[in-house]
Amino acid sequence: MENNNYMLSVKNLKKYFNTPGGKLHAVDDVTFDIPKGTTLGVVGESGCGKSTLGRTILHLHPKTSGQIIFNGRDISDVSKAELHELRKEMQIIFQDPFSSIDPRMSVKQLIAEPLKIYKLCKSKEEIEEKVRETMDTVGLASRLADSYAHELDGGRRQRIGIGRAIILNPSFIVCDEPVSALDVSIQAQVLNLMMDLQEQRNLTYIFITHNLSVVKHISNDIMVMYLGTAVEKADSAELFRHQYHPYTKALISAIPRVDIDNKSERILIKGEITSPIEPPNACRFAPRCEYATERCHNEFPQLEEVEPGHFVACHRVRELNNL
Amino acid sequence: MGENTLLSVEDLVVKYFLRTATCEAVNGVSFTIDKGERVGLVGETGAGKTTTALSILDLVPNPPGRIVSGKIILNGEDIRTKSVAEVRKIRGNDVAMIFQDPMTSLNPVMTVGDQIMEVVRLHNDVSKFEAMDKAKEMLELVGIPGERYLEYPHQFSGGMKQRVLIAMALACNPKLLIADEPTSALDVTIQAQVLDLINGLRERLGMSLLLITHDLGVVAETCDRVMIMYAGSIVESGTIRAVYKNIKHPYTKGLFGSIPRLDIESDRLEPIKGMMPDPSNLPEGCAFCERCPNAIEKCKTERPKLEDIGDGHFVACFNPLKEGA
Repeated sequence: MENNNYMLSVKNLKKYFNTPGGKLHAVDDVTFDIPKGTTLGVVGESGCGKSTLGRTILHLHPKTSGQIIFNGRDISDVSKAELHELRKEMQIIFQDPFSSIDPRMSVKQLIAEPLKIYKLCKSKEEIEEKVRETMDTVGLASRLADSYAHELDGGRRQRIGIGRAIILNPSFIVCDEPVSALDVSIQAQVLNLMMDLQEQRNLTYIFITHNLSVVKHISNDIMVMYLGTAVEKADSAELFRHQYHPYTKALISAIPRVDIDNKSERILIKGEITSPIEPPNACRFAPRCEYATERCHNEFPQLEEVEPGHFVACHRVRELNNL
Repeated sequence: MGENTLLSVEDLVVKYFLRTATCEAVNGVSFTIDKGERVGLVGETGAGKTTTALSILDLVPNPPGRIVSGKIILNGEDIRTKSVAEVRKIRGNDVAMIFQDPMTSLNPVMTVGDQIMEVVRLHNDVSKFEAMDKAKEMLELVGIPGERYLEYPHQFSGGMKQRVLIAMALACNPKLLIADEPTSALDVTIQAQVLDLINGLRERLGMSLLLITHDLGVVAETCDRVMIMYAGSIVESGTIRAVYKNIKHPYTKGLFGSIPRLDIESDRLEPIKGMMPDPSNLPEGCAFCERCPNAIEKCKTERPKLEDIGDGHFVACFNPLKEGA
C-alpha cells in the first residue's frame, strides 16, 4: 500500500553497528511516514540514534534491515548508480559548519560543486548564474563569492551548507542539527531561511535536533527517540500540550524556560542513558523509569495510537494517563 | 561598596594585543556580586563573557591579553595589586571556576580522585590521607560513589565529568563560584541534573555564583540577577523580574525574539539583523547602533553609559524601549 501523499515512508528500519562488545543497536525498529511538504522533527539526547537514522535513510550508512520508500518508490536496495541519481532528490545539511566544508574551496566553488558532480550545466556561465541565484536565495552577499570558509562566521558557513543542499533542487532534505553550533540570534536567522525555502519549494525536511524549542518551532510532527527506539510521536502542538511517555514528560519539563511567571515543576530522571550494546528486548527506558514494572523489563513496547495521531510506546501509558 | 558585597568589578578594560590589531574584548565593565547572590552573565559568542570571568581570577592569557585598567575587589582587597603567589592562593580557595567543556578540562592520565586531592593539598596543609578522604567526600557530595575515586576521566560520561569538575571547584569551600557555560555541552535532562546540583550545593555552602551562559532560560531558572553583555559592555542588568518583564535595551529584546518559545505560538522568529561588530574595530558610538531598530543620531557618535532607571534596573541606551514594548 503506497500512499502518494508521503514523501518518505520508513518501515521497521534497523541499523546495528558491530563493536568489540557486541552489536550496537543505533536505530532499532523505527517506522514513520512524512507527508510531502512537511517537517518531521526528530528529538532525543546524544546517543539516541537520531543522526544515524537520518544518515541511514540517505544510505550514508548501509541499513541492517527494514524498508525505505521515497516518493512512492522502494529505495531500500538501490544500486550505486541509482543512488547517485537519487541524491539529486535527497540532500543533507550537516551540524558543524566548521568541519563540513572544504577549507580550500571558495564559497563559489563550494556551492557549484554539486552542479559539477551531476554535470547539470553546459557552460561556465550557466554555473555562475546558478551559483549567484543560490547565494542570493540563501542570503549570501555576492561579494563573498571568492571568500574562503575561514573568513566567514558560523551563520554564513551554515548558509553555504544550505546552498549546497538546495542547488540541485531536491525535494527532501535531512537537516542534522543545522543550528546547534550557532548563536541564538544567528540561529533564528537560519531557521527563518529554512522555513522560507520550505514554503517556496515545497521541501520536505527531517529536522534532527536535541533542542526542543527549535523543533517545536519548525516541525509539523515530532518523533521522540530514546536509545534507538521511537518512544512517542505526535503533531508538534499536540506533543507539547500532552506528553504521555514518562521520558518525553521529563525531557520537556527539563527545558529551562524564559517565562518566569509560569514555572513548571522539573521532573528529574535518575541516572544516565544505558548502553546501546546488545540491549535486552525490553523497554529501553525502563532502568531509569520510576513507573517501570516487571513487564517493562521483559517485553518491548510497540508504538500504539493512544489518541488520534498520537503514538506512544509504553506498556503503562493508558493506566498512567487515564486514557 | 556595601557590607554585603563579595566581589566588585570597577571599570574593567581588557584588550588582546594581536600582531595586526587590538581586540577590545571588555570595555569598561562594572558590577558587584553580593554574598550568597546568584548572578547570570548572558551574551553571544565573542561578547566578552569569558574574558570578564578570567579577569576575576587574573587568568587572561598574557600575552596577547592584558587587563588595561580597572579594579577587581574581592572581599575588600584589589586582586590586581597582589603578587602572583597571593593570587594563586585566592584561586581555588576564595574563587573557583568551572569550565565549559568537561571533556577537555580534566587530566586524562590522572584518576579523578587524585585530581580533586591535588586541589585540596595545594590549598590546605593536610596529609595525603586526609586529602583523599576529603576528595571522596566531595565525590559523594556531587552524587558520585566514593569508590569511583580510582577511575580515570574516560570512564565517566559528560554529565559525570562535569560533576567531577564541580567537586574539584568546591573542594576548598570557595566564596564565589564562577561557572562558565557549565551545561552547554550536556543534554537537557543531564543539564537539569547539574543545574539542580549547583543550586543545591550553593544554598548549602552559602557561596555566590556567577553563571555565564548564552541561555536565557537557564538564567531564569538559576539566578537572582542578570547582566546582558554585548561587544564587551554590559548593556542591561537588573533582577530577573525587572529585566525579563520589562525589557529596555533593543539588544535584549532581539535576544528574546530569537528564541523559539514553548509557551507562545509564533510563525516566524524575529532575529536581530546582521552580526556583532568586529571587536578590533568597534564603532565610535554604541556598538549595537548598526543593528538597532531604535537607533537615533546620538547613538552613532557617543557611547551610552549604564544608567539606573529605578528598581535596580540598569540600561545603557539613549533610546530605550518604552514600557510594555
